[in-house]
Amino acid sequence: MSSSVAQLLPVLAAAEGGLNWHGFFFLLFALLACCLAVAVVLADNVVRMAFYLVLSLGATAGLFFLAGAEFVGAMQLMIYVGGTLVLLIFGVMLTAQEPFVSIKTPVRDKVLAGLVGGALLAVLIQAALSGPAWSGSAAEGGGGVALAAGQPSATPLGMALVGIRVDGDVASGEKSPEDGQVRSGYLLPFEIVSVHLLVVLVGAAYLARSKRRKSSGGQGADLSTGGMR
Amino acid sequence: MAEYLIQTVGLPGWLTWSLLAVLSAVLILNLMAGGALVFIWAERKVSARIQDRLGPTRTGGSFGWLQSLADGIKLLAKEDLMPEGADGMLFRVAPYVSFCASFAAFIGLPFAFDMVGLRLNVGVFYVVAVLGLEVFGVILAGYASASKWSLFGAMREAAQVVSYEVPLGMCIVVPVMLAGTMDLVTIAEKQAGWFTNWYLFHDPFTFVVFWVYVTCAVASVNRAPFDLAEAESELVAGFHTEYSGLRWSFFFMAEYSSMFLVSGLAAVLFLGGWNGPVPIATLLGLSDGTGESTGAIVRLLGLANLLGKATLGVLIMMWIRWTLPRLRIDQVMTTCLKYCTPIAAVMFAGAMTWLWVFPGGVLNLDDGSRRPGEIREGWLEGPGGRSTAVSDAPVDDAPALAEIAEVSK
Repeated sequence: MSSSVAQLLPVLAAAEGGLNWHGFFFLLFALLACCLAVAVVLADNVVRMAFYLVLSLGATAGLFFLAGAEFVGAMQLMIYVGGTLVLLIFGVMLTAQEPFVSIKTPVRDKVLAGLVGGALLAVLIQAALSGPAWSGSAAEGGGGVALAAGQPSATPLGMALVGIRVDGDVASGEKSPEDGQVRSGYLLPFEIVSVHLLVVLVGAAYLARSKRRKSSGGQGADLSTGGMR
Repeated sequence: MAEYLIQTVGLPGWLTWSLLAVLSAVLILNLMAGGALVFIWAERKVSARIQDRLGPTRTGGSFGWLQSLADGIKLLAKEDLMPEGADGMLFRVAPYVSFCASFAAFIGLPFAFDMVGLRLNVGVFYVVAVLGLEVFGVILAGYASASKWSLFGAMREAAQVVSYEVPLGMCIVVPVMLAGTMDLVTIAEKQAGWFTNWYLFHDPFTFVVFWVYVTCAVASVNRAPFDLAEAESELVAGFHTEYSGLRWSFFFMAEYSSMFLVSGLAAVLFLGGWNGPVPIATLLGLSDGTGESTGAIVRLLGLANLLGKATLGVLIMMWIRWTLPRLRIDQVMTTCLKYCTPIAAVMFAGAMTWLWVFPGGVLNLDDGSRRPGEIREGWLEGPGGRSTAVSDAPVDDAPALAEIAEVSK
């Protein structure tokens, strides 16, 4: 590790001599995620794009695990990498016609996309570097990354869902010092979102279901054709 | 072990952790590769016996012990072919994706007490999430082979695995609910003691859920009768039609280690993990059931217990494979959507009700002793946990809630 890199990135500041595995893996996963994200844009085959996207999201999950946020990391694997990508591949491979399997991007689109992406990146970098951990004394104190102390736990998250918040009970009715509102659990918003998703699922099943002929011969024929196709 | 190396031997911290990481990775890899060797041999013998044959008899002695090794050498020597229209990069990478997913899932699976690659607070969730990624390698293989058989096989497998994740998840939620944690180590520790403590025998609903789990697990690792993805009568060999040599064997290793993994998960979730049917070590006074207080012998005993249970699970899968005929795709989907999912949902509700009606167990055989898992996870003493549920007097919830909030800080 060169010293200039170590100065640039406080996470690389080696702890007690030796190799700092945390910093090393942070850099590794971050580089993987970024490079593969770029590869998604530059690839011209749809399935390869999906493959790079899966790897990029997987590297992001690695970053979450590294930060001790195992629940979020597993969530990332489950939802983004597992669910979305399998569905994307289904959609892509079942619907892709010849002209869309290989996508050649015109140069003017690339320039436009580069401008938009670059602007967004500039805003994000500015926002990230203005955080307190990246400037001043926190960076010198052995890294700006908060390592989880002891056994990380998803228990407070689950408890907060049913109304037992770490920062105070719902049952006690005390008000939060920040906004003066009574604290609530996350159960109601969670349920609203899940009912919403259920409606979407039912709608999708309704749109995609096979149209049955009314005049077909009886129950037996219905059963034989009504299954999965 | 880390403390021992750092403090007694005097190795620097980073070197110790690297060594330990490499050590666990090597152990898991050996388990996967060695397990595949043994299981392929066992599969040959089991299938032969079921079909009234002898199976391999000559290679390496009277029982054909070395048959898998000979197979492996043959595979090494095979030519590595790639179809002309194939997507080269994806074709080459696909077997490793499957294998890595299987390998990564093993990291979260505890083998005995604290013998676990990485103890995760959300262990079950992690294992299931990573195991679901295995299908991605199969889809890639099917697409990249530029073969209709491969593509059909991959599509079938993807549809099947994605559907069966739903009832599988529901089955897994039941022991998680009973234990009150997703930590696999704690779940197994809570089943310490006699075999009546196993979640399989917790109530009638968990007993049924276990068999639903077995069905879904067999389906999710694509074993017969759910092996439509490689139905040789219609699809030649399904998604791995175009593979040969070492790449093909990587798919096979991934399949066998996934079988072992879901069996191990069943053992931890339902069959008491590394706790034997009779708590010999505890009766002899060698252990009180926790990882911190056990000697090497007790740990080895626990390891043998878990590996034995998982191997038994794999053998049962072989038995099923050579007994039942292959299902059609519509039958596969019917089994999942019309039977497994509703049964799992009803059993989940049933187990929940059971826990509510009989909080201390049916016979209330509570001698006041608490199982090791509950001592560790202090928050389990709250509402729904053991100590409040067992006491007869109605407990005001507010102090317990405050205690939870306190502990979880």
